[in-house]
Amino acid sequence: MIQTDIIIIGAGPCGLFTVFEAGLLKLRCHLIDALPQPGGQCSEIYPKKPIFDIPACPEVLAGDLIDRLMEQISPFNPGFTLGERAEFIEKDEQGQFIVKSSGGTVHRAPVIAIAAGLGCFEPRKPPVPGLVDFEGSGVEYIIKDPAMYKGKHVVISGGGDSALDWALYLADGVAESVTLVHRRDSFRAHPDSVQKVLDLSARGGMKLLTHAEVVGVSGAAGNLDGLTVKLKTQGELALAADHWIPLFGLSPKLGPIADWNLNISKNAIEVDTFDYSTNVDGIYAIGDINTYPGKLKLILCGFHEATLMVQSAFKRIHPDKKNVLKYTTVNGVNAF
Amino acid sequence: MADIKVQVIDREGVIHDLEAPTDMGLNVMELCKASELSVEGTCGGMALCASCHMYVESPHLASMPEKSENEEDMLDEAFFVEDNSRLGCQIKLADEHDGLVVRLAPVG
Repeated sequence: MIQTDIIIIGAGPCGLFTVFEAGLLKLRCHLIDALPQPGGQCSEIYPKKPIFDIPACPEVLAGDLIDRLMEQISPFNPGFTLGERAEFIEKDEQGQFIVKSSGGTVHRAPVIAIAAGLGCFEPRKPPVPGLVDFEGSGVEYIIKDPAMYKGKHVVISGGGDSALDWALYLADGVAESVTLVHRRDSFRAHPDSVQKVLDLSARGGMKLLTHAEVVGVSGAAGNLDGLTVKLKTQGELALAADHWIPLFGLSPKLGPIADWNLNISKNAIEVDTFDYSTNVDGIYAIGDINTYPGKLKLILCGFHEATLMVQSAFKRIHPDKKNVLKYTTVNGVNAF
Repeated sequence: MADIKVQVIDREGVIHDLEAPTDMGLNVMELCKASELSVEGTCGGMALCASCHMYVESPHLASMPEKSENEEDMLDEAFFVEDNSRLGCQIKLADEHDGLVVRLAPVG
């Protein structure tokens, strides 16, 4: 079990900066994020986009902002549980929170800061009737174990890098057959991969269906055996398939947060702007995930919220200690 | 020019008659959000998330600039894509959009 002072759910810019402000108060932090890397949307959605409204940074790429935050918080040696979604929260007999994440990791702390942005990123699921019946028995949104496709008929949907890269990988002696289904005839994947896919399909090494989408799944006893593909101009086509891998990117979902007895309004957690506390004593919410009158979803506002929040967290964790604001210009940053 | 009129048909089929200024650089996603319609606009308007996918149902579609490569790329990650599909964030409201009619696409 991981014991810390503040469990931060969400390792985006706001969650990361919380580590710094908490560190100045000698509070330790541990971050949990469903994504395999820190940075939240900045890393996942727009790492190469410039941000212009971070004070004293006239222009900074979102990915670079995350790198700098990671550098800024490194003296405080935060812990990370990455690639795991925070699933359950409960209180133990000592009044501490226990947070369990999807990989089975257990965390314990007196304070939780939810800095989960728009929720956690999950694969986009195509709106195909009956799809859920085959999840885990023929339909996979993430490829965890490529070996399971050995000798199988595999259909991949999507036009991005992951779709093309996996199609090429599985077509190279792994799967019995690979079919790539895509809605148009151009691809956003790397041009090099696109050329390889076009060459390979011309040679018959894989099947390419463009201007097409999968609209139906079929199979007996929960085992996928076929797909219906709708072609834009030539009607529908039945395709034998042991596996369908729809790769349509990730989108944020509120997920388990909705079940934590927090007051939620329009997919955001209601907080008191005095200290960004929620209706549950000891749980705070900062950044894009919270809402209050006048809320602006800006990174810089999240930084401010994090700063005030840790002051309140300190009082909760150390009710007997007096905290005096100390400036970094006077005291520097004292690592631990 | 005075505000333009934009009609947004939400996912329940309810018609919302909105008025929009054209001198504030507003796009259709922002107009929907400002009007409390159910449009996520996750990426904030960078054509990076497809959560403002909508259909242009008025003749304005023909005179709109072609979709950028970015916009096409993101529509690859959307569902129920049709020929009149656009990302609302990529439609910058201008005087010529007076009378625009858009329908919000289903959420996948």
